[in-house]
Amino acid sequence: MMRRVVSVFVENKFGVLSRIAALFAARGFNIESLAVAETDEPGFSRMTIVVTADERLLEQVMKQLRRLIDVIKVEDMTEKEHVDRELVLVKVNAPPAKRGEIVELADIFRGKVVDVSVNTITIEITGAEGKIKSFLSLLRNYGIKELIRTGKIAISRGG
Amino acid sequence: MKKSGAEILVESLIREGVNVIFGIPGGAILPICDILYDSPIKSILHGHEQGAAHAADGYARATGKVGVCLATSGPGATNLVTGLATAYMDSIPMVAITGQVPTSMIGNDAFQEAPITEITKTITKHNYLVKNVEELAETLKAAFYIASTGRPGPVLIDIPKDVQIKETTFTYPEKIDLKGYKPVYQGHPRQIEKAVKLISTSKQPLIFIGGGVIISGAHKEIEQLAKKTNIPVASTLMGLGGFPGDNPLFLGMLGMHGTRPANYAIMESDLIIAIGVRFDDRATGKLDRFAPHAKIIHMDIDPTSIQKNVKVDIPIVGDIKNVLEHMLPLLKPPQIKPWLEKVKKWQREFPLTYPDDDILRPQYVVEKIYELTRGEAIISTEVGQNQMWAAQFYKYTHPRTFLTSGGLGTMGYGFPAAIGAQVAFPEKVVFDIAGDGSIQMNIQELKTAVAYKLPVKVAILNNSFLGMVRQWQELFYDRRYAMTDLSKNPDFVKIAEAYGAVGIRVEKKEDVVPALKKAMEIPKCVFMDFRVNPEENVFPMVPAGESLKQMIGGMA
Ligand SMILES: Cc1ncc(C[n+]2csc(CCOP(=O)(O)OP(=O)(O)O)c2C)c(N)n1
Repeated sequence: MMRRVVSVFVENKFGVLSRIAALFAARGFNIESLAVAETDEPGFSRMTIVVTADERLLEQVMKQLRRLIDVIKVEDMTEKEHVDRELVLVKVNAPPAKRGEIVELADIFRGKVVDVSVNTITIEITGAEGKIKSFLSLLRNYGIKELIRTGKIAISRGG
Repeated sequence: MKKSGAEILVESLIREGVNVIFGIPGGAILPICDILYDSPIKSILHGHEQGAAHAADGYARATGKVGVCLATSGPGATNLVTGLATAYMDSIPMVAITGQVPTSMIGNDAFQEAPITEITKTITKHNYLVKNVEELAETLKAAFYIASTGRPGPVLIDIPKDVQIKETTFTYPEKIDLKGYKPVYQGHPRQIEKAVKLISTSKQPLIFIGGGVIISGAHKEIEQLAKKTNIPVASTLMGLGGFPGDNPLFLGMLGMHGTRPANYAIMESDLIIAIGVRFDDRATGKLDRFAPHAKIIHMDIDPTSIQKNVKVDIPIVGDIKNVLEHMLPLLKPPQIKPWLEKVKKWQREFPLTYPDDDILRPQYVVEKIYELTRGEAIISTEVGQNQMWAAQFYKYTHPRTFLTSGGLGTMGYGFPAAIGAQVAFPEKVVFDIAGDGSIQMNIQELKTAVAYKLPVKVAILNNSFLGMVRQWQELFYDRRYAMTDLSKNPDFVKIAEAYGAVGIRVEKKEDVVPALKKAMEIPKCVFMDFRVNPEENVFPMVPAGESLKQMIGGMA
């Protein structure tokens, strides 16, 4: 089993997302994250899908994805040179006495404070997986109240 | 001039060369039915939408053209589901047209609303919900193109009632360009060269054909391949008819109920030339012990079939006919005399047999159907023992003459499929080789056969059991016949007569031939109730999960 990042370029037709999700579901794959939006070309979208899967099974799913009429290109980014990012919004417990510490932490990780209330701070952070992971593990000491992430997006390096 | 959605649909069907449509009407599809009424397209009214779908499928398998079926929204559409899944598993080109509630009501749980595009997403090659009448013509063009090209399959088009009524100007596109759909037809020349080399140096090669051969229309090329190289041929269930069943190089079907020569050849071969197959578990037996000594060349149009179940040494993605046309002139016959002798010996030692006595046995019935039709009939089957006997004891010499639900194994397929084939070929003899269980799954289609004067012959191999399941219970469940007893079957002769068809009961072996002759002379649908030996088994057999060497039964 291995974690894989798959990029899928699709024609943005009615139902395309559910077709793709159904393919993963039919094989019993659990999609860890899925991010999708329109590209620069109107009518075409790019999806980044993260799954943990047996390599042979994933190979099969990628072939099946290619077989879908609305799918134009499927790439396994895992082995390619690529850049990936994720955006996270995290609301953390922050009594006035801890506020300074937390803001400092956010600064170190180039996070941005986007909301403050009496007892909480909400921070926006983007980055690659490792950075986000360590940031969140530090925040856990204060108590994370709410967390939402976009899921990973990936783009290949070079031309 | 502006045309309504319904008019556009019917005109598009005519442009696609459709001349018959199988279905059942209803409120949400009425505008289309109304236009069909005056059109040159013949419509066949069925008893159940599943019957209509299988008829369109049978029509497609027998002709190679796209079969078209039609149903109303909600229950009409959901009744198509088994038919679509059946066609999808066997890669059959079909277009299904369903009515849908008006666009403004979609998602409101309106009367007879079912999300049929959602439901059929994974059992169609593609599907469409047409929301604007302006998209209708292009959608139809795309649907027929997708259904019939590449690895074919069923496409469903769901058309809300208001879209059928709205008007727009009609232009039918000449061509269609789908960015995400470009089937590959040409095999890679380097792969073909590699395959040629491997074939010419092989010592114990075997050609292994499947349904792809028939879909691609490559039967002539397969024959040339065998003739030029002298390599024996084994077939999957779906490949039957892809190579003449009476050719001495033909070893028969392989797999769970395959012949010993075919299965032994697989297990001893050093090179398997797999053509248009997908290595289904019913054909391969236990996968990790499949063809242990062989390299594998695999030709198929669908990349997803390749490397799916077995490791392939030389994959060739492309249309089989096209690939073989390129390959044939390059081929040098391998030196395989000792291998051929070995194979011949198996063929002599292990023919398919059954006891020659006075008992009325199903195999005998199938054999006589073959003899009396001289192999020129179109045969459909139901599922179970009847299907296996139809595969074993009838020699298919032409492609598109054996219609059977291989992938999904749908009981109730054979009768409506035979109806579809008979609609396509009114002059041909069409037989459904049936079981007494399966025939009751779509027996209402008797009404269709009678109404349209379709002289389909149904040979019910009546063993008063769900025979194949009973066989497994006999062999693996200590003869505990749970839920397989059909001794309370209805009287099939009376049923046929009640519908206006002809019924013939046959209880003795010596009455089989006269009954078949009589049935073939009657220009009407005939149900033949053959009261065969109840506990007859299909042999030889590879128990599920065993290797193809582990064959039981069927020795003379
Ligand atoms: C729709 C459907 N339901 C159940 C099955 C499981 N099944 C496979 S063979 C079989 C028995 C078929 O009995 P019958 O039609 O009498 O044929 P026989 O095997 O006796 O020739 C059954 C129930 C199936 N293949 N299809």
